[in-house]
Amino acid sequence: MSPDSHTFIFLNAFLINNFVLAMFLGLCPFLGVSGKVKTAWNMGLAVIFVMLVSSVCAYVINHLLVRYQLEFLRLICYIAVIASAVQLVEMFVKKFSPALFRVLGIFLPLITTNCAILGLALFQTNRDYNFTQCLAFSFGAGAGFTLALVLMAGLREKLELADIPDTVTQAALSLMIAGMLSLTFMGFAGLGG
Amino acid sequence: MPTDPRTPEPLSLTTFTQGIWKENPVFVMLLGLCPVLAVTNTATNALAMGLATTFVMLCSGVLVSLLRKVIPKQVRIACYIIIIATFVTIVDYAIQAISLDVHRALGAFIQLIVANCVILGRAESYASKNAVINSFVNALGMGVGFTFALLCLGVVREIFGFGTLFGFELFGANFQPWAVFALPPGGFFVLAGWLFLFAYFRKRREASHAKEPHVA
Repeated sequence: MSPDSHTFIFLNAFLINNFVLAMFLGLCPFLGVSGKVKTAWNMGLAVIFVMLVSSVCAYVINHLLVRYQLEFLRLICYIAVIASAVQLVEMFVKKFSPALFRVLGIFLPLITTNCAILGLALFQTNRDYNFTQCLAFSFGAGAGFTLALVLMAGLREKLELADIPDTVTQAALSLMIAGMLSLTFMGFAGLGG
Repeated sequence: MPTDPRTPEPLSLTTFTQGIWKENPVFVMLLGLCPVLAVTNTATNALAMGLATTFVMLCSGVLVSLLRKVIPKQVRIACYIIIIATFVTIVDYAIQAISLDVHRALGAFIQLIVANCVILGRAESYASKNAVINSFVNALGMGVGFTFALLCLGVVREIFGFGTLFGFELFGANFQPWAVFALPPGGFFVLAGWLFLFAYFRKRREASHAKEPHVA
């Protein structure tokens, strides 16, 4: 597979360089929202959606900035675009699917401060992806985020019943599990050549 | 005109030290973990990242504090983000000019300082309510605390992962690098280890405090 092919870009963001476990992006929701599988799943879906929207927006914005030679404004524009994209998505979901809006709740606005979204926009610019490659990349990254979140939530649900020493605080325990998950994901390195 | 009651705090030593130890952003509040884990595979990277974050925190703290009576309350978060993003852009270009190697090693993570919730948290909870000098001192303390935490991780990971410290060879030629510490999982394990160590000491101190009244 060539490194430019859509399958490779998708697999790369999904498994090999998983955003959470290999690149350490979006750790706050990863540690914060991974208590239950159900909420983890909903959070993942919301992130995939916002990633797709902001990826498309960032692609268009970058083209405009390059055209008018304003690259130094890139960061400021991206962060503003992401904030408004999240706001738009929130209004859209509220209007057309109140049920989904209730399920997502506070997690929707919190996506703004998720560095995985900004990271996605920055990486796709650094790597000069074209439009369809951007879509494959953002979908892979979102799916990878969801996968990591759901796996983590499953493990933590099981750990509720486990007998652990009380010096191991919640955070230290979660980080330990994350480390082991990350080790497992390193096995995917080399996939796709 | 300020409409909400401000709570100015007197300037004291705790304004500075609370960020270093008692409210350490990484070890106590668990904020801004992404750069903490991502760029601490060597001590040099950790130091560069810590200094860059401290600079952004200082500048944005001072500016937010200066503008605290001008910024309307409804759009304050957006304003803070724009201020932070401006200083991050400056830092990004400055590092590129000073050392291209460091810029390449840190990559997109310099720009991701924008999304570091420690900085936004400081702007919202401290700089927007306090005088300029207080905000400066407080941001400096937080920055030092953040850099300290990054160095804690960076030093451990570089010694075990590469057998070096700040690029200097520590062990003989026969040293076998413990590669996992330089790779992503090592970041999680080392941070978990530090948290475990701190929790252990806290438990022990609480236990000894609980015993003292009985003796007296």
